Amino acid sequence: MAERIPMISVRDLYKSFGEHQVLTGVDLDVEEGTTCVILGGSGSGKTVLMKHIIGLLKPDRGQVFVEGEDVVPLDDLELERVRRKFGMVFQGAALFDSMTVYENVSFPLREHSKLAESEIRKRVLDKLAIVGLHDVAEKYPAELSGGMRKRVGLARAIVRDPKIVLYDEPTTGLDPITTDYVDEMILTAKEKLGVTSLVISHDVASSFKVADQIAFLSDGKIVAHAPPAQLRASTHPVVKLFLSTWFGKN
Amino acid sequence: MTDEGQRPPGRAAALTAAVAWVGERAIAGVEAFLGVVSLGGSVARWMVRPPFRLENLFAQFDFVGVGSVLIVALTGLFTGMVFATQSWSAFERFGAESLVGPTVAITITRELAPVLSALMITMRAGSATCTELGTMRVTEQVDALETMAVSPVQYLLVPRVLAGLLMGPLLAMLFDTAGIFGGFAVAVLIKGLSVGTFLLRTQDIVGPDDVTEGLVKSAVFGLVVMLIACYRGYYASGGAKGVGQATTNAMVTSAVSVFILDYLLGLLFH
Repeated sequence: MAERIPMISVRDLYKSFGEHQVLTGVDLDVEEGTTCVILGGSGSGKTVLMKHIIGLLKPDRGQVFVEGEDVVPLDDLELERVRRKFGMVFQGAALFDSMTVYENVSFPLREHSKLAESEIRKRVLDKLAIVGLHDVAEKYPAELSGGMRKRVGLARAIVRDPKIVLYDEPTTGLDPITTDYVDEMILTAKEKLGVTSLVISHDVASSFKVADQIAFLSDGKIVAHAPPAQLRASTHPVVKLFLSTWFGKN
Repeated sequence: MTDEGQRPPGRAAALTAAVAWVGERAIAGVEAFLGVVSLGGSVARWMVRPPFRLENLFAQFDFVGVGSVLIVALTGLFTGMVFATQSWSAFERFGAESLVGPTVAITITRELAPVLSALMITMRAGSATCTELGTMRVTEQVDALETMAVSPVQYLLVPRVLAGLLMGPLLAMLFDTAGIFGGFAVAVLIKGLSVGTFLLRTQDIVGPDDVTEGLVKSAVFGLVVMLIACYRGYYASGGAKGVGQATTNAMVTSAVSVFILDYLLGLLFH
C-alpha cells in the first residue's frame, strides 16, 4: 500500500535573524484532516515556523513540503499558487480596516474567482453564520470586539474552502467565554469543512481541547510530538514545567 | 609641541563617535537608496502582470491627483502673485516691467511648478500613503494579503506609484496655469501693465521646451516621492512609533530628493 503523504511536512528547518538562532532543526508532520497545535512559550519561534510553512519567510536551511511539494525554492508567482491552499487567521485578525466585514470576507473570492455577486454574497453570509456572526456584514472592523474580529478573520480564512487553515495565537487576549467560543469555532471548521488545521498557541487548555496532535517547540526544536493525552505523560523537563502551569505539578 | 599623552581623554572618543555616526548615516543612506531602487524594480515588474486592478488605480488617481487640486492651485496662484510682485519691484527700476510676465512664466514652468507641486504631493499624499502602508504592515494586513495569494506590491504599491508618475505632471500643469494667472493678476490687474504686453512678451520668450522640462521633472518627482513614501511605509516596523518615524523619514527624504533631482535634471536639460 502506498504511504500516505502528510499535508504539511517540515524537515530539518533552521532560521536565524542576525546572531539570534530561532529555529534549530525543526521536524514536523501534519496529517490531512487533523488539527495540530504547536505549543510553546513566547519567543520560542512558533510564528516564525508558521511563516515558513506559508512561504512568508525563507529558511537558512531545510525543507517545507505542502502536499508533497517543497515550497522553499518557489518564487513569488509559484508561492501564490501554493498559498491558495491556505487560509490564515492572524493573532490580531489583520482585517483590512478600510473595508467592511462583508468586503473583508468577500476579498479572497473577488481576487481568485469570477463568481456572480449573488453567489459571493451567499458564500460570505454562510461563512459568517458558521462563525456565529449575523448582522455585522456592513460594519467596519473598528466597530467590532476583539473576539468578533477573530471570527471575521476565520470567516475570511475559510471562505474559499481552503485545504489548510493556519491559526496564529487564536485565543490570545480573549476572555474565557470568547476563548471557548473560538475553540468551538476551530472544531466546527474542522468538522464541517474537513480542513487540516495548524494552530500556534501558548494556551494549554485550548490546545488540549482542539488538538489531535500537539507538537511542543522549545529552543528552536520540536521536543515532543504526541496526542494530548500522551503529551501529559512527557518526561521532557520544559514540557512538564509548561503543562504544570495548567494541570498542576502532579 | 603637542604631547599626545596630554590630550583630554574624551577627545579621541568623541572623534571616533562622530566618525561612526557619519559612517552609520552614510551606510543607512546607501541602503535606503538601494532599497528604493529595488522596490521600484519590483513595482515595474508587477505593473505589467495581470490582474490589472483599474478600480484601485483610479482611486489613487483621485486621492493623489483630484484631492491635491485645491492645494496645488492655491499654492500656484500665490506663488505667481508673490513672484510677480517681487520681480515688478526689481524690474521697474530699469523700466523693464514688461519682462515680469515671461520671468514669472519661465520660473514657474521650469522650476517652481514641478518642485512645489511635488512638495505638495509629498506632504499631502506621500505622508498619508506612508502612514497607511506602515499601519497595514505593523497590523499584519500586508502579511494577510500575501497569505491570500495577493501580491502586496501589485495590490498596494503599483497604483500609488503610478498615481505619482501620472498625476505629477497634471498637477504641475495646474500649477503652471494658476501661477501664470497669479502673475497676470498682479502685473495687469494690480500694477496696470497692458494685457497685450504681458501676453506677447510671455509668448515671445516662453516656449514649449520650458513647459516640457517642467512636465518631465514633475513626472520624475511624482514617481520618486511616491516610491519613497511606499518604501518607508511598506518596510515600517516597531508599532505606532515606528510608523511615525517612517513617515518623518519619508517626508525628509522626499523633499531633499526633489531638490537634488531638480538640480541634476536641470543639468540634463541645459
